[in-house]
Amino acid sequence: MSTGPLILGIETSCDETGVGIVRGSELLADEVASSVEQHARFGGVVPEVASRAHLEAMVPTVQRALRTAGVTMREIDAIAVTAGPGLMGALLVGVAAAKAYALALDKPLYGVNHLAAHVAVDTVEHGALPAPCISLLVSGGHSSLLLVEDVTRGVQHLGATVDDAAGEAFDKVARVLGLGFPGGPPIDRAAADGNKSAIAFPRGVVRDAPYNFTFSGLKTSVARWVEARERAGEPVPVADVAASFQEAVVDVLTARAIAACKEYDVRDLLIGGGVAANSRLRALAQERCDKAGVRLRVPRPKLCTDNGAMVAALGSLMVSCGVEPSTLDLPADSSLALVRV
Amino acid sequence: MLLLAFDTSTPAVTVALCGDHGVLAQSMDVDARRHGELLAPAIARVLAAADAVPGDLTAIAVGAGPGPYTGLRVGLVTAATLADALGVPAYPVCSLDILAAGHAGPVLVATDARRHEVYWAAYDAAGLRVAGPSVDRPPVVREWLEAHAGYAVLGDGALLYADEFPDNMIPEHPRYPAASALAHLVLPDAVAGLDPEPLTPIYLRRPDATPPGPRKQVTPA
Ligand SMILES: [Zn+2]
Repeated sequence: MSTGPLILGIETSCDETGVGIVRGSELLADEVASSVEQHARFGGVVPEVASRAHLEAMVPTVQRALRTAGVTMREIDAIAVTAGPGLMGALLVGVAAAKAYALALDKPLYGVNHLAAHVAVDTVEHGALPAPCISLLVSGGHSSLLLVEDVTRGVQHLGATVDDAAGEAFDKVARVLGLGFPGGPPIDRAAADGNKSAIAFPRGVVRDAPYNFTFSGLKTSVARWVEARERAGEPVPVADVAASFQEAVVDVLTARAIAACKEYDVRDLLIGGGVAANSRLRALAQERCDKAGVRLRVPRPKLCTDNGAMVAALGSLMVSCGVEPSTLDLPADSSLALVRV
Repeated sequence: MLLLAFDTSTPAVTVALCGDHGVLAQSMDVDARRHGELLAPAIARVLAAADAVPGDLTAIAVGAGPGPYTGLRVGLVTAATLADALGVPAYPVCSLDILAAGHAGPVLVATDARRHEVYWAAYDAAGLRVAGPSVDRPPVVREWLEAHAGYAVLGDGALLYADEFPDNMIPEHPRYPAASALAHLVLPDAVAGLDPEPLTPIYLRRPDATPPGPRKQVTPA
């Protein structure tokens, strides 16, 4: 059994109410209540629906996590919570809950950065983080390329999407193809039977920003291509479209990530976020990392999507490194800056 | 008995601590956009002012709305998690009931619901709620008043649409639900050890969201 502080982590930045418990770097519980089904008919996350669901799920999810971990509330040494970035109304539910637990239990409170937490979670699976490392975080809410020196002190943004997040592009293309929400898993499945070179979809480039992403042009050109087929009365080769679209996304993501590793002379790449579950992203990243002599780390899919374990993992690192706790007036910040000095 | 009461259903965050012999400490901060930052420090301050610690609390009372959702949820999730951590009951009360408390005689309470609507409820001479809580345009409330004679009117919503409520306005009244009044409403139930109602926010409106229509074509026709 590992030693170290016992940390309760709370995550409510989007549509998952996540509560995780870690002791040191040992994961004891990772409970998630998702409102994704309530958003499906809207084709995307509705902030007010997510916020309402967080309020209902908060106490039951904390209770479940404590039971799973086999610990009592009184044993918790510190509370960590996502302070941002994310949906404001959703963040506020988690932050208020974390403050109340910290106040009631008289334990320190740590407001953490959601993206840094996506990076930190890998410590519970693969041990201490290599420093520095490059991190590619891709989900329905974010697409970011980060340089991570010390995750407890912040992360440096090298680039981000200038329009749609990668996961959002999957959702929108899935809608064009009639594959449902969220779009990532069905596109991954459909693409398995398709030819990834069948259609040459564009790879978006952002001028003067080599590490930024743009997916809105890709999404539009997929829609245009499909509409041309429909208008001509021809069947739409769903598998080929899915495979070619997916290839365009993961080609850009992995190429930029490897380029960043080379430019910053970093030997470790860590991929996180819900899109990290995509099988083609994992395969192509591995292939390109091997070629470039870069070690690839990807947490298991359950830890890649939003969860409380990642918040607890980062909180644990912050406690161990002696980072000052937050005060009870900690604000939720929907656009939290990535680098904290 | 040591009862912590708070309401976050309006631009104010009101907090009070109540013992067996009345209010021990209270606070009010008004900032419609910072409920999440203000509530926990206010609770800590009120406890410290009474030389108490969270573990001393025996019950919690919280305003359940109606009110702007984001602030309202800060109060409700705080009540739910404090109650969970301390193992004490948390009693929700309709925030309009708190505003009506202490006003003798039939009274109608209306608060600002934005979008040209008010949240409102009406109370008879005995203080029992006889209408609402509802969210409506002011003319709907005026119709109710015309059908029910003898009701005084109070609240920010009534002041905001004063033209709709010309005759029976009570001009002097607390603008925000006082946590001390909330504490007094809950005290009998808390002392009797009654089971609280579930901590359900009173939203009165569905989330603004419509399922998307048929897929829009991106190619110009
Ligand atoms: Zn995320």
